[in-house]
Amino acid sequence: MSAQTSTPAPGGFDDQRIEIIIGTLLRTGVILAAAVVFAGAVMYLLRYGHGIPDYQSFHGEPERLKSLTAIFHGAIALRPRDVIQFGLLLLIATPIARVLFSAVAFAIERDYAYVVITLIVLGILCYSFFGSI
Amino acid sequence: MNVLEFTGLVALGSLLAGFLGALTGLGGGVVVVPMLALLFHVDIRYAIGASLVSVIATSSGAAAAYVREGYSNIRIGMFLETATTAGAIAGAAVALRVPTSAIAIVFGLVLLYSAYLSSRHREEHGPHLQSSPLAKKLRLEGTYPTPEGKQAYAVTGVGTGYGLMFLAGVMSGLLGIGSGAVKVLAMDQAMKIPFKVSTTTSNFMIGVTAAASAGLYLARGYIAPGITMAVMLGVLAGSMIGAKILVQAKVKVLRYVFAAVIVALGIEMIFNGATGRI
Repeated sequence: MSAQTSTPAPGGFDDQRIEIIIGTLLRTGVILAAAVVFAGAVMYLLRYGHGIPDYQSFHGEPERLKSLTAIFHGAIALRPRDVIQFGLLLLIATPIARVLFSAVAFAIERDYAYVVITLIVLGILCYSFFGSI
Repeated sequence: MNVLEFTGLVALGSLLAGFLGALTGLGGGVVVVPMLALLFHVDIRYAIGASLVSVIATSSGAAAAYVREGYSNIRIGMFLETATTAGAIAGAAVALRVPTSAIAIVFGLVLLYSAYLSSRHREEHGPHLQSSPLAKKLRLEGTYPTPEGKQAYAVTGVGTGYGLMFLAGVMSGLLGIGSGAVKVLAMDQAMKIPFKVSTTTSNFMIGVTAAASAGLYLARGYIAPGITMAVMLGVLAGSMIGAKILVQAKVKVLRYVFAAVIVALGIEMIFNGATGRI
């Protein structure tokens, strides 16, 4: 067993405490995201509920529902699908926030090898959102 | 069927999938895609996008309950996430390029394999194992609570486990599933990590892995809000109810029933893919 898992590191952090904070963070994120998605869903169904669903053939989503800034602007304007998409983005952000928080926690523990490992994971996640393949 | 009815039925089906997934430990994502594709005739790309988002919801939603028990190992999780996230990017990149019929066939095969994994007998490894030098260097060893107090465990097979984790990531990015079964296989079988530590750490990793392909899916228009909202809310509610009931339920019969459903869905996915219907 490693020293860091048994003795609290400077700042009163240990792995167990970090994980509890992370767990609470994740749950709060999910509840918030679910609430936003639900609100968007109600708006969406009130407006489009009597339309005909069209998912049998793939035509991709319009540009405004694919880029982060466009979704943000649409959600502020309370467009139903943009609000849902914004809630889904909040949800996708929860595990990313977890990784970010872990990097900080490892830094406080002075476990620099794991700070680097965590930043690699964060880099790959950023690539998914801002890179192109 | 109008949008309102469609949304209600999809939410109900997703609720059931999330419920059974949590109760049997097989995960809900694995049946959401075939349900949408076969039952609701949704294009598999929209189905995969919606499923992937719901996988993040269940992973993050269950995390708070898991961490309090003190099983999950944050170092193992983070180290292996470098493999799963890279794999997820690769898997999503493949998904954007191959025909949907090929994805359907691979999906069917993965369903059959998960059913096989769930029916297999599991052996608990002894506590006498020695950690490999690489595992020691990465400080992957840890402790977990038992009725007799904290029990230390060793970790080996880091290379094999890492390779399997990359594969799990590829599957997640390609098919929009959590691929928890392969993650547990990598930790439990290859790395000899105690089962309970493997499953809870796997749950943690599933959300981060899924987030790695979510960005690519979003940019390509795979995430349709109208359908994803119903799937995400349904699966989340279902898995939370399932987790609450899990403690007192007898799940053995249910596991067999669910495994049989998965086999049937797997065969149908392969058939539909092979005949070009998906």
